[in-house]
Amino acid sequence: MAEQRLVVLQGADERDLTKLAEYRAIGGYDALAKARALTPQAVIDELLASNLRGRGGAFFATGRKWSFIPKPDQNPNPHYLVVNADESEPGSFKDNEILSRVPHRFIEGCLITAHAVESKHVFVYIRGEYLGPFEAVRDALEEIREDDQLLGGVTIVVHRGAGAYICGEETALLESLEGKRGQPRSKPPFPAISGLYASPTVVNNVETLATVPPIVAMGGAAYAKLGVESSTGTRVVSLSGNLVRGGNYEVAHGITLRELIYDLGGGVPDGRELKAVIPGGSSTVILTAEEIDVPYDYDALAEVGTAMGSAGVIAIDDRCCMVQLGIRVSEFYEHESCGKCTPCREGTRWMTAILRKLEAGEASDSELDLLLDVCDRINGKCLCPLGETAAMAVASYVLKFRDEFLAHLDGGCPFGSQSPLDGVVAPVNQHTQSPVAEVPA
Amino acid sequence: MSTLYEEIRELMAVYPEPRSATLPALRLAQEKHGWLSPEALREAAEGLGETPAYCMAVASFYDMFHLAPVGRHLVEVCTNVSCALVGAQQVLEAFERELGVRPGETTADGEVTLRTVECLGGCGWATIVALDHRYRTHVQPADVGAIVEELRADG
Ligand SMILES: Cc1cc2nc3c(=O)[nH]c(=O)nc-3n(C[C@H](O)[C@H](O)[C@H](O)COP(=O)(O)O)c2cc1C
Ligand code: SF4
Ligand code: FES
Repeated sequence: MAEQRLVVLQGADERDLTKLAEYRAIGGYDALAKARALTPQAVIDELLASNLRGRGGAFFATGRKWSFIPKPDQNPNPHYLVVNADESEPGSFKDNEILSRVPHRFIEGCLITAHAVESKHVFVYIRGEYLGPFEAVRDALEEIREDDQLLGGVTIVVHRGAGAYICGEETALLESLEGKRGQPRSKPPFPAISGLYASPTVVNNVETLATVPPIVAMGGAAYAKLGVESSTGTRVVSLSGNLVRGGNYEVAHGITLRELIYDLGGGVPDGRELKAVIPGGSSTVILTAEEIDVPYDYDALAEVGTAMGSAGVIAIDDRCCMVQLGIRVSEFYEHESCGKCTPCREGTRWMTAILRKLEAGEASDSELDLLLDVCDRINGKCLCPLGETAAMAVASYVLKFRDEFLAHLDGGCPFGSQSPLDGVVAPVNQHTQSPVAEVPA
Repeated sequence: MSTLYEEIRELMAVYPEPRSATLPALRLAQEKHGWLSPEALREAAEGLGETPAYCMAVASFYDMFHLAPVGRHLVEVCTNVSCALVGAQQVLEAFERELGVRPGETTADGEVTLRTVECLGGCGWATIVALDHRYRTHVQPADVGAIVEELRADG
């Protein structure tokens, strides 16, 4: 029976770690003192030894990212640490729990990172909807506000977003933090060279930063022994969909998807069968129920053509229609496309439109090909990954459940209202409240 | 009590570049006016030293800013995949029946706006409904009557 391995969430089941005294009681902020006794480069070396890779989705090596930041004598502009707490990928809710339950460990990670990249300014960009997690971080910061020694001259500003998935993309996030519409920038330059206010900037995910204190505490080499070689350490995995026990589970990388779903998630309820699994948030390629013996690590998932993404595992039972799933996923990306690139802005609309025709039984054979063609025309032709991950995800439903798509060609949906996704009202479909002007006759 | 103008000026001082206070300023203006009316946008712009057009351009990008009036209470039902798989649409329909409005509309007395939203980041505790921005987890259609009563009692 597979079990959890708590590192990031360690101690939170026994104590209320939102309280400074409780966090101190388990050695909280000791790693910060340890790190500050080291040179910034020595802290970066620990991170390199841990082989920690970013938990925001791109899985980039954290120590390497930090090492790209120029030293103060190479670039006199202030250096910034910007935290990505925008978590909006459907299926992911791990940062929500981390911020809510271990805010001090997260803050400690920010302070250690600020030391490593020689920054005095931390901005936490938290999605506007996260009121509870915002309050947890705000209250934790309030507890240390007057502790100058702990803060070490670093200011931490919590900046609330206002509802836009694309602001999770790091350059869109920076635009938004600068007070603009959240549209991605073209890279290069990368944020390490020209990020917030055109200054050297590290952007890291919440979970990445909350993993830093335990790494410094145990040493990078010890951390690297957890998990598997390509994916060291633990991961807070979000389980949702048709499961007995949805929730976040922190596990060592390398546990199989089957273990996650059956041992931790309790399997599929109501006597239904598992049909498919989205392994890393809705922008990742789907797996069939036969493919879930894959270990949950970066390389193993890449070998089966998908990705760990933001570690949001969505289990789907046999009542669900895959065309309806495609509609709902496509509508999401259509709604969240920032509109900057034509293939993404127009392509996601086309995807939804063709899928809707299919669902209604009004599509012809050629339109199924047209759907794949539209996906193909988005792929590799966009500024940021939003468009193409959406296209690849939806195309994977067609490729892996082709018979089901074909069955829609004669006579429409075989599932109809048996499927829980039938007729779901997405935000793109709801009545808007835009004022309507009266046009004089 | 400080004025909106003063509060915005304070926010601007928090950032190396004052324009970074745009989102927080719009949030404050919306809290004061209930929605981003032309007047609210003007006031935000005045504080920020930007034009109302700039504020409008930014505000229109983000879902949480209301460019039309909304009710005093906001009911937001997540209908993204994880919630939908366990019955979010039925929860939404229960709210539609209870409130007598469709998603995107406000009750005739101006009290409650119902709308669907994309993933709220609580997928494993579905269905998630945000009531005036506070998350309710594991919401079932049978819970909806009591939730609406609670909202209305809250005056
Ligand atoms: C469309 C899109 C949305 C993203 N959303 C998030 C997000 O919500 N949170 C996050 O940490 N990273 C998100 N990312 C990844 C970030 O761009 C970036 O890689 C990450 O924050 C880097 O942090 P890490 O190295 O610690 O993982 C997103 C990327 C894209 C393309
Ligand atoms: S791919 Fe889509 S979301 Fe990304 S920049 Fe282009 S239009 Fe915007
Ligand atoms: S899908 Fe509803 S909270 Fe994520």
